[in-house]
Amino acid sequence: MIVGEQKPIEEIKEIVAPYKNILILGCGTCVKTCFAGGEDEVAVLTSALRLAFKKDGHKINIEEHTVERQCEDEFIHEAAEAVARNDATLSLACGAGVQAVARRFVKAPILPGVNTTFMGVLEKQGLFTEECSGCGNCELDIFGAVCPFTRCAKKLLNGPCGGSQEGKCEVNSETDCAWHLIIERLTALGQLDNLRTYISPKNWSPSLSGGPRKLVREDQVI
Amino acid sequence: MSTQSPGRLEKILSSGGFAVTAECGPPRGASADVVRKKGELLKGLVDAVNVTDNQTAIVRMSSISASTHLLQMGLEPVMQMVTRDRNRIALQSDILGAYSLGIRNILCLTGDHQSFGSQPDAMNVFDIDSMNLIRMVLTMRSEGRDMSGFELNVPPRMFIGAAANPFADPFEYRVIRLAKKIDAGADFIQTQCVYNMDRFKEWMRLAREEGLTEKVHILAGITPLKSAGMARYMDRRVAGMDVPEAIIKRMAGVAKDQAIEEGLKICLETIAELREVDGVHGIHIMAIEWEEIVGRIVEEAGLLPRP
Ligand code: SF4
Ligand code: SF4
Repeated sequence: MIVGEQKPIEEIKEIVAPYKNILILGCGTCVKTCFAGGEDEVAVLTSALRLAFKKDGHKINIEEHTVERQCEDEFIHEAAEAVARNDATLSLACGAGVQAVARRFVKAPILPGVNTTFMGVLEKQGLFTEECSGCGNCELDIFGAVCPFTRCAKKLLNGPCGGSQEGKCEVNSETDCAWHLIIERLTALGQLDNLRTYISPKNWSPSLSGGPRKLVREDQVI
Repeated sequence: MSTQSPGRLEKILSSGGFAVTAECGPPRGASADVVRKKGELLKGLVDAVNVTDNQTAIVRMSSISASTHLLQMGLEPVMQMVTRDRNRIALQSDILGAYSLGIRNILCLTGDHQSFGSQPDAMNVFDIDSMNLIRMVLTMRSEGRDMSGFELNVPPRMFIGAAANPFADPFEYRVIRLAKKIDAGADFIQTQCVYNMDRFKEWMRLAREEGLTEKVHILAGITPLKSAGMARYMDRRVAGMDVPEAIIKRMAGVAKDQAIEEGLKICLETIAELREVDGVHGIHIMAIEWEEIVGRIVEEAGLLPRP
């Protein structure tokens, strides 16, 4: 899923300050699961903002609304009236959701309320880790299903570097060294030969480096 | 492992000599004089001088230009090149440029992560890794082609170096990685500083067992210690460094004004021991911002005059 974190309230206050009537628009999919922008977070943020603005003597009307997904027209439509009623919309979706909503409402300011951070997994309650950077050409088969492009701080294809110590990354001692994990995994799988194989430079053209990407599924197009 | 117009380092190593290299960190400024001063301190004492490439991710004069200044003084540079800051296009272009300027040795590295440096806000590149860089230089040299397969009018015939850290984890994998670097095209290896002699010897033994020492020249890293504090700091804070407690204790056991002499003694004992290790073809002295000491080390180790 996409993992994000709500922006600090001080920053959100600044972003919405120019407007009198705002809609806080939640998204019920990824950002809900990571507690950044689901219905509950919309409610908590709304109360917090009301309180903060009241303290400052600043008048603002806040409306709440949450849709299933902000990255699909079908759901965005449900918010159309609420968006139209307000001067601006603070979206608590990921960056893709914010943009998807914005392109449907040409004249309404759509503002970001979440810092979208990564594609990852829920490691355990309250802990999310980054696992994939969407390189467009998955090679997890040779790396024992541990992605070095995402999880090694230096994107090493032929790691580990000289700084890997006791399974931790030299860049952050709280983070596992991806190459340590790859070696562990390949050892368990009896595929240590993969480690002896020279891995050629990555083809980055299917990644963001080749420019923004589009995926066309001819079979689905109507 | 033969290039067409070999530099001094290659000649010494391929004729079975014991090589001595040192290091020169370019200045944080545009002064060629700083480079020349460091060069003067090393001239005639070592066979080649590594010129670091924005070491520890701190902006310094480029490795190519500092290497060129040394070259003009008659010193032989080993141009270090990291993949942190340049993509494959820029790396190939700089290798062509470096060769055209007379640079004959390259040390291929991935580089320290920018979060350790003075500009952690920077975006890193890491388009390719050090292993890929080694192979790239080899392809340019032996096939005379760039990475797109385009034929180069004059191929850069670089003598290719790589780094190895026998002290990092996981240990068993360290020799596999060395083998990979040799397969990728490394002619010589410069290692992380050796303080833990047992572990270094074990690594060398495994390398010999795999026949690697027949295929590559290994230069063991040496860094003179200045104080017990420095030894402790390196052990605890520098990633991939291993300074055994016995060495730290030895440094702590002498009076403060004797620390440098003790460090030097350790250094000389280490060199003497390294010279006896089968497969060690030289030493690489990394005396960071302490180039004046290199002369003493080389002389007292009995490694003068240089060929
Ligand atoms: S190889 Fe690419 S697609 Fe696969 S996990 Fe890594 S970044 Fe994601
Ligand atoms: S310590 Fe491991 S994860 Fe960190 S940069 Fe080195 S190889 Fe990559």
